[in-house]
Amino acid sequence: MSKPYWTKENFPITPNIRNPAGSLAFKCGQWRSVRPVIDEKKCTKCGLCVLYCPDDAVVKNEKDVMEIRYDYCKGCGICENECPVKAIKMIVEVQQK
Amino acid sequence: MKNRKLLSGNKAIAEAVRLSEVNVVSAYPITPQTSIVEYLSEYIARGELNAQFVQAESEFGVMSACIGASSVGARVFTATCSQGLALMHELNYVAAGLRLPIVMAVTNRQLSQPLGMWCDHSDAMGERDSGWMQIYVETCQEAFDTVIQAFKLSESREVLLPTMVCLDGFILSHTSEPVEVLDQEQVRDFLPAYKPDADYHTLLDVKKPLAAGGGCPPAFTMEFDYKKYDAQEKGREMLRKVDEEFGETFGRRYGLVEAYRCEDADAILVAMGTMVGTAKDVADELRSQKGWRVGVLKLRSYRPFPKEEVLKAACGSKAVAVVSRAISYGIGAPVFSDIATAMSNASKKPVLLNCIAGMGGRDVDKKSLAAVFEKAIKAGETGKAENEVEWVGLNRNLVGG
Repeated sequence: MSKPYWTKENFPITPNIRNPAGSLAFKCGQWRSVRPVIDEKKCTKCGLCVLYCPDDAVVKNEKDVMEIRYDYCKGCGICENECPVKAIKMIVEVQQK
Repeated sequence: MKNRKLLSGNKAIAEAVRLSEVNVVSAYPITPQTSIVEYLSEYIARGELNAQFVQAESEFGVMSACIGASSVGARVFTATCSQGLALMHELNYVAAGLRLPIVMAVTNRQLSQPLGMWCDHSDAMGERDSGWMQIYVETCQEAFDTVIQAFKLSESREVLLPTMVCLDGFILSHTSEPVEVLDQEQVRDFLPAYKPDADYHTLLDVKKPLAAGGGCPPAFTMEFDYKKYDAQEKGREMLRKVDEEFGETFGRRYGLVEAYRCEDADAILVAMGTMVGTAKDVADELRSQKGWRVGVLKLRSYRPFPKEEVLKAACGSKAVAVVSRAISYGIGAPVFSDIATAMSNASKKPVLLNCIAGMGGRDVDKKSLAAVFEKAIKAGETGKAENEVEWVGLNRNLVGG
C-alpha cells in the first residue's frame, strides 16, 4: 500500500514532483485498453522493456521474472514494440461485441 | 549627497533593474517599452550589469525564457506591454503557478483593435487574474523605487509570486523627471541576492532533481489555487512591510493606496497611474475655488487589492467616482467592480460612479476630471448616480447618446 504522496506536513507551494515515486500515488492502470502479456518461454530477460517503459511499470521481480505492474501500465505498447524476441503481446482488455 | 538625475520613466526602470543586480533579462521590443531593454542591453554590453540578455523570437518565448531562468535560481526581469503582454498570457499563469518571483515592467498600452500605441490599462487588466501582483505607479521616482520593492516583495518566501510594475505608456514611460538614483551598496543591503531553496522553491538543481510544470489531478489542483490565493493575501501584508522598510531606509514610502485629502471629503475620485497627479491638482483647485470637499484615492497596489485601505479611506464619503483606463465590456470599469466588491459588506456605503476615461491615449485633462468631481458631488447629494457608466471625454457628436 502506498501512502498519500502529499500530506499537510509536506504539501508544497506548487506541484513539483521531487522524487520518481511520486507516481506511486497516481495509479494510471485504469487508462489502459490493451494489456501487455509476457511469454516467459520466449523472454530472455534482456531488460529492454524495463528500460523503455515510460512509467516504470515493468520490473524484474524477486523470482528473476519480468513482471508488469498493471496498476501503473497505461498500455502504450512500447514494450511490445521494443522486445527483440517478440515475447510481449498486447491483449485487448474488453472485447467489443 | 543625493544622486539626482533627469530620467524618463523607462530609464528610471532600467536604472533600478541595474541596481537590483538581475542575472537574466529576456525581452522582445514593443513600443513604448523598448527603451527599457535597450538601456539594459547597453548596461550589459558595457559591463555595468553582469547579466545574460536573451532576445527571444516573441513574447511567448520571452516569458518561457524568464520561467526557465527563474527556475534555476536567477533574478529575472522583463518588460513588455499591449500585444506583447497578451502573447505572454498563457505563460503568465505558468510563472505564477510555479511561484517564480519574476519582475516585469508593463508600459501600459492599448490593445488592438483599433490598433494604436497609446496609453490605457487594457493590457495589464487582461492579466489581472493570472496570479501576478500588479503595482501601478504615478511618477518616475515611484517607478524606480517600485522595481526594487517588487523584487523584495516577489522573492519573499511567504509570497513567491511574480510582479508587474505598471507605468502609463508614453505619459510616464517617455516623460523625464528628476529621480534620486540610489547607491549600489544601499540597494544591495535592502535587496540581498535571491537564494532559492531546492526543498521549497521551484529550483532545478542537479543535486536535488525535480519535475516542474507537470500535470496535477483534480484531487490537488484546487489546493494549489488556494495556496496562490493565500500568497496574494500575504503579499498585501508583505508589500506594506517592504514599503515601510523602504521608507525607513530611503525616506520615501507610497503605501498600498494614497489617500489625498480624503479625511473630510464628500466626494472621492479613485484612479491609478499618472491620472492621479492631475486629479490631485483638480481636487486642490475645487477645494480652494468652489469650496467642495473632494479628495483623491490612488490605488497603487491593484493585485493584491488593498481592501482595508480602500474601506478606511473611502467609506466615509458620500460618493466615490472610480475612473478607469480600462473597460470590461458588458459591465463598465474593471476597477469599479473591485471597489464595489471591497465595499460589498461595508455597513455604510457611498454612491459609486462607474467612469471610463483615457482610452487609447485620450487625454484625461483637468476639465474632464473636474466634471467627474461635479457628478460625484451631485450623486452624493441625490443619493444616486446619474448614469450607469460615465464615459469621460467621449465625443457624443460622433456616437450619439
